[in-house]
Amino acid sequence: MAYSEKVIDHYNNPRNMGSFKKEEDGVGTGIVGAPECGDVMKLQIKVENDTIVDAKFKTFGCGSAIASSSLATEWLKGKTVDQAGQIKNTEIVQELNLPPVKIHCSVLAEDAIKAALNDYKKKAETETKPEESTASTGS
Amino acid sequence: MINPEDVRNAITDKTILISIMFANNEIGTIHPVKEIGKIAKEKGVLFHCDATQAVGKIPVDVQEAGIDLMSFTGHKIYGPKGIGALYVRRKAPRVRLVPMIDGGGHERGMRSGTLAVPLIVGFGKAIELCEQEMVEETRRIKALRDRLQEGIMNAMEEVYLNGHPTERLPGNLNISFAYVEGESLLMGVKEIALSSGFACTSATLEPSYVLRALGVGSDLAHSSIRFGLGRFTTAEEVEYTIDRMIKAVNHLREMSPLYEMAKEGIDLKTVEWAAH
Repeated sequence: MAYSEKVIDHYNNPRNMGSFKKEEDGVGTGIVGAPECGDVMKLQIKVENDTIVDAKFKTFGCGSAIASSSLATEWLKGKTVDQAGQIKNTEIVQELNLPPVKIHCSVLAEDAIKAALNDYKKKAETETKPEESTASTGS
Repeated sequence: MINPEDVRNAITDKTILISIMFANNEIGTIHPVKEIGKIAKEKGVLFHCDATQAVGKIPVDVQEAGIDLMSFTGHKIYGPKGIGALYVRRKAPRVRLVPMIDGGGHERGMRSGTLAVPLIVGFGKAIELCEQEMVEETRRIKALRDRLQEGIMNAMEEVYLNGHPTERLPGNLNISFAYVEGESLLMGVKEIALSSGFACTSATLEPSYVLRALGVGSDLAHSSIRFGLGRFTTAEEVEYTIDRMIKAVNHLREMSPLYEMAKEGIDLKTVEWAAH
């Protein structure tokens, strides 16, 4: 099959490939997909003051899946948590020139972003809760 | 490999035809055709073989194997595309066919239509060359294939051979690379002509039915690559392929969340995946 230049570029030079420790402060981790489907994406964000300062990915999947998740980490860096939630799979399709049969790779990347954001928000909530209870006993 | 006893047990009093692949195109397994032919004779059932992958590569004897009908083609043996053949047994038993293409009554009424003489001549020459070279070629190609197999499998952990270890076509190799997806691997070695059991560019997301039937787990089935060696394959190409495969697999394993989890000691079979 003919691979687009951008997809090949992401394969040869993946952006932000790697991992944060899950327990690290401000890290949100999203893992989506399944080995039986041939696609598993792990996307992580590091958030400071509501801004994503760093992102990392690891992907098991075809070239388009790797490129979609690699591109996602590029786009996430510098965005606020809210802005990150606005990223649409169609934008990924356009940027990478994905053919129709590979659109599901971009959908999975969007799912991975949302999963990472949700994980971050859940952790942020449980971190603020103990602070609230000490505040109330204090007052 | 097909178990001849499974064939025997599958035959009912309504069975009129057994049809088996002589050798499998994906994993190269050569089936026990002679034993199956014997069973077919015993039971009075016609025996057809699709010998596309076998003719010209390994010895094929329709008498010895008890084959009544056999399909094969020119384009798999360096002959022209567009020509194939069906061997139809004339004696013991005489096989009678109803033509699918009727009209002028050519080919003893079995297939009407003017014969494609140039293609037939090319086909015949291709077979002749195969016959002349078969013994030497088999030895040469098998040595190259074995070198490719050893070079790849000794260099990496968690790589698995698909198909029979010895009863396989001399030029076929099929390997699964755990934690690495087949299509991405092909992209990593795109200057080498290989194929994989990937199916995400076909209508479903199902991987190779052959590997599934063998009981290969679905993640490994997505991770398999077929290597085909032939008349024009050289030793340099084999060494080059070994080197490129090792580099590509290592590159993709570094990128793989499954490899990472396995290294951390997580049993992937126990993970609950959030598939969409």
